[in-house]
Amino acid sequence: MASVSVPAERPRGLLRRPTATTGFWSWVATVDHKKIGILYGVTAFAFFIVGGTEALLIRLQLAQPDQNLLSPSAYNELFTMHGITMVFLVVMPLSAAFFNYLIPLMIGARDVAFPRLNAFSYWAFLFAGLFIYSSWFLGGAPNGGWFGYAPNAVVDPTRGMTFYAIGLLIAGIASTVSAVNLAVTVINMRAPGMTLFRMPVFVWMGLVVQLLLAFSLPIITIGLVELLFDRRFGTHFFNPAAGGDPVLWQHLFWLFGHPEVYILVLPAMGIVSEILPVFSRKPLFGYQFVVFSGIAIGFIGFGVWAHHMFAVGLGPVANTAFGISTMIIAVPTGVKIFNWLGTLWKGDIRFTTAMLFAIGFIAMFVIGGLSGVTHAVVPSDYQQTDTYYIVAHFHYVLFGGAIFGLFGGMYYWWPKVFGRMLDERWGKVQFWTMLVGFNLAFGPMHVLGLQGMPRRIQSYPESLGLTFWNLVSTIGAFTIALAVLLFLVSAVRSFRQPKEMAADPWDARTLEWATSSPPPVHNFDEIPVVHALDEVWHRKYAETEGGRVVPVPAGGSGEPGHGEGHAIHLPGPSYYPFVASLGLPILGYGLIFDWWLAGVGAMVTLAGLYGWILEPSAE
Amino acid sequence: MATIEHAAVTEHPTSTGLPNTKLAMWLFLASDCLLFGALISSYVLYRGASLVGPYPNDVFDIPYTSVSSFVLLASSLTMVLALSAIQRGDHGRLRIWLLATAMLGLTFVGGQVYEFTVFAHEGLHLTANLFSTTFYVLTGFHGTHVAVGILMLLTLLSFSFAGRLPQERAETVELVGLYWHFVDIVWIVIFTVVYLIPTGSGPT
Amino acid sequence: MDERCYSAPHLGARMKLDRGDHRDVRRRTLAVLGLVALALVAAACAPNATQDSLQPAGPYARKAYDLYVPVFWVATAIFVVVEGLLVYFAWKYRHRKGREGIPPQVHGNTRLEIAWTILPAIILAGVAVPTVTTIFDLAREPEGDVLNVDVLGHQWWWEFDYPEEGINTANELHIPTDRPVYLRLCAVGVGYQGQVAPSECQPGPPEGSFPATLGDSVIHSFWVPELAGTQDVIPGRTNFMVIQADEPGTYTGQCKEFCGLSHAYMKFTVVAHTPEDFEAWVAAQRAPAAMPSVGTPAAAGAEVFAGQCIACHAIDGLQGPDGQPIPIQQQSNNGPNLTHFASRGCFAGCMLETNDENLRRWLEDPPSVKAGSWMPSYNLTPEQIDQLIAYLNSLR
Repeated sequence: MASVSVPAERPRGLLRRPTATTGFWSWVATVDHKKIGILYGVTAFAFFIVGGTEALLIRLQLAQPDQNLLSPSAYNELFTMHGITMVFLVVMPLSAAFFNYLIPLMIGARDVAFPRLNAFSYWAFLFAGLFIYSSWFLGGAPNGGWFGYAPNAVVDPTRGMTFYAIGLLIAGIASTVSAVNLAVTVINMRAPGMTLFRMPVFVWMGLVVQLLLAFSLPIITIGLVELLFDRRFGTHFFNPAAGGDPVLWQHLFWLFGHPEVYILVLPAMGIVSEILPVFSRKPLFGYQFVVFSGIAIGFIGFGVWAHHMFAVGLGPVANTAFGISTMIIAVPTGVKIFNWLGTLWKGDIRFTTAMLFAIGFIAMFVIGGLSGVTHAVVPSDYQQTDTYYIVAHFHYVLFGGAIFGLFGGMYYWWPKVFGRMLDERWGKVQFWTMLVGFNLAFGPMHVLGLQGMPRRIQSYPESLGLTFWNLVSTIGAFTIALAVLLFLVSAVRSFRQPKEMAADPWDARTLEWATSSPPPVHNFDEIPVVHALDEVWHRKYAETEGGRVVPVPAGGSGEPGHGEGHAIHLPGPSYYPFVASLGLPILGYGLIFDWWLAGVGAMVTLAGLYGWILEPSAE
Repeated sequence: MATIEHAAVTEHPTSTGLPNTKLAMWLFLASDCLLFGALISSYVLYRGASLVGPYPNDVFDIPYTSVSSFVLLASSLTMVLALSAIQRGDHGRLRIWLLATAMLGLTFVGGQVYEFTVFAHEGLHLTANLFSTTFYVLTGFHGTHVAVGILMLLTLLSFSFAGRLPQERAETVELVGLYWHFVDIVWIVIFTVVYLIPTGSGPT
Repeated sequence: MDERCYSAPHLGARMKLDRGDHRDVRRRTLAVLGLVALALVAAACAPNATQDSLQPAGPYARKAYDLYVPVFWVATAIFVVVEGLLVYFAWKYRHRKGREGIPPQVHGNTRLEIAWTILPAIILAGVAVPTVTTIFDLAREPEGDVLNVDVLGHQWWWEFDYPEEGINTANELHIPTDRPVYLRLCAVGVGYQGQVAPSECQPGPPEGSFPATLGDSVIHSFWVPELAGTQDVIPGRTNFMVIQADEPGTYTGQCKEFCGLSHAYMKFTVVAHTPEDFEAWVAAQRAPAAMPSVGTPAAAGAEVFAGQCIACHAIDGLQGPDGQPIPIQQQSNNGPNLTHFASRGCFAGCMLETNDENLRRWLEDPPSVKAGSWMPSYNLTPEQIDQLIAYLNSLR
């Protein structure tokens, strides 16, 4: 196995870099993108269980009219935390897990551009999540909705919304830093021969997502700062009595919030774009069009934000402009869907669980996308907005879309990451259970919304005739829970298998399958040289003159890899990313409780940063 | 089997030819543009909307702020001189110009602290009105960026004295320079939009 | 034949035989589609839904409905085509046992790409045109014989002020049929640090008014789906919308924008009358409340009221203990105007039906009934509560 050598210079105690590559502390000090990817994935999944439990409690409360299982106060905290958790602590970090693990492998690199920064991002994310959740014990969880509209979010007397503002600021730091890191990685660290248009679609979607993050997060950062200042220091950003405008919060929030939903779904679209060709046994139908449509969605995504504000009274001109821009964004989305259909066409389809989730993604996302188009019909949106019709829409695109895609990715890449397969039979049971449960839970919400059920209400009366579909929805929610449980059991069972997996069990197309499963710590013994899109496929198969696809004789295309004969330099582990990020929640608590604590937090972060720059560089 | 070493940095070729760190700094600065964009937008949107005073015309001392703006501008010049020095291998000059940049930056921040104390005495404390709200948070964010920059400059200075900043690492100075120039440019925008473009001395 | 590449052991080994598989896929997809269809059918058949945007009862709701229905069918058609292709391809191109080799690597067709970019754009353009005209149509101030009403959103109840008729009421919005009702929407209450935001609407009694100083001023949204879509009610801004009812009847609505603890209980009803009945209602509402006869429990209740309740509630015609009428301008409008309380079918933000039992529960301890209620408990004795109920019942 790889030997690790201790650096030549012997720095003083605190600055000596840790050397462990196994064991608990190796996870704390790791800068390996693969380990960090696994950390993101496990943490995000844990939050998924928590957020799902919150959803189950909500559904229990709403299963029957006029219930009081949850008081209004508890209910408001639960739906707020459910939204915050699922958006910021589940889907974003799950996507980050995949990006972290796979992007370097897919572009033929050994790690990301800034490995310690990568670790810092993970720890900051974890601390942000723990910080927000600690609010339950420290005066009350956030209770103003994940969207935190002012003035309600400002004047609420409990501490929850302050935890919200600070917690999301910390998470924002994590994501911004990670976005710069991954963007530089994709732009700058590709293997020889891997031009931008030979990158896998997943990597392209990754690049678009990182740029969306880098440009949208600053806007909500300012919004959250303004909210925090209004709450904590008595400023007047959203104070009508001083001339302020609560709608300014909405603009700032949604200028971030809309690109955010593409941040949430583009990774899953990238995953689907990888899975479909492998299990159809033919290439993605229109690679360039899928890439360009992703870029277009990213751009246009910055121009539709006020479609969340149609009922605010911005005026018919503004509403028209945003209604039209919202319709326009449906076009590149449709291009992707048709390209996926074209990939299936004339293929030789294998219904692995990953493939089922990918197809399920398309099926569910189309429904969510179509209901989204109906929202763009602005006068109709005056009825739909803030009802369960909207809840149905975004769950179809975010659960039926993003989550399904992410589950597909888990089944697809599980053998690569862990060296074992997830059981395919259990997988299929899980898929169908989840599909049925999901549609039972969210399908009826379209009806509920159109028939008069607003969002965010703790209860509804019998007289509105909403009882039946609410009960069905609750049953669906518990069915989803069963499916998730099945997945957990399957995941645990997979580790009982021996860790022996071929490099390329699925007969796939992209570079991560050119190295062992799991990959060695240095990813590739030799950095591959890339000659084409779907490089791995073209190393295995070639087209004859008659158009038939035949295997290439083994050992055929041998070009000596880059770096042959050189020793491989890898960045060493470090504790300082952990230390630097630890100061952030302490600073946060200080902002809420006591200034000296804020000082301590700032000192801890500074100490972490200085240790970081002073410790011997080891790239 | 490949041997893996945790050793010193070697330059890896990059796909664009730009070093990773420089690309990262540019991306970060682009992101920071949006941060200040949102703050400046908040200020502009609320221009003239304060219901009570003090108003900008009541407190601004344009000549004073022009001087401190010039000080910050001059610090960009000294920053360029510092970079040029290390690129030539002139470590003495590097340290002088780094120190000068930091001092000028400190003068700017100190000038702002004094300016804000005067404003506060005239009734423009943080929570006085909409103008104070947007003004102090905007300039405060900028001032914090300057302070972080000063910290980075002093760190570079101490590295240089400790022999940790050889000519081969000139790029580190360049990166801090990029950040410093960005902060300066943002100030030019803030100074123009907030101080120079007239708002009047009452609610519009 | 090279073992490594072609046979893809994990691909083959983990595959279930396709014969059962494709039947499974088809069967289950049909089941799911069947559920969806059932949902759509049930949507049209719900008997009890009284807030059903799919049953418009007035022209403004109908404009939104008339846009939604065709778009819904277009979306359904697209759904059928796309999902149909998906299911069809999944079935037709499934791997069949015995089929060896790798399929031809068919991909790319620029003409198709252009076609399926342009065709959806055209469809959307078709949807956009009526959308835009309706946006402007709904934004227009109504003409003709318009009834103007100010709608003031408090935490957590709705105040309705008719400036031209000189009426101030709460929870029930009475309107005549076939006449556009132009609503001016204002959010009222206390803002940051106890400051009160200025509001364009005139809250409280018609002559002379002062802003509400109870309840947080937050965003609400006025929604009575059978008569119109929503507009938000935002502190510091004034929004406008129009509602109109075709037929007499009762239409329920509630706040749609999350506004705090009792957001779910900020409801109202719109009662539409024939024009004659509406005039009668106006006349009745304009009349001040009669004082109950001396010595009755109601009279004692009026005394309790004048002692405690006028801190927040106004009653036109209320006399103080000295027998002198308390001018309406001096009475507070932090809580609903109760002059004709008994003429309304609901109270407490229409959370409760107006009856003695509910009144008793409420008067004993409002915050225990409605979370966060700004009306505190006054620790009234059961006797005082009985008297108050008698008085309130007299306020027809």
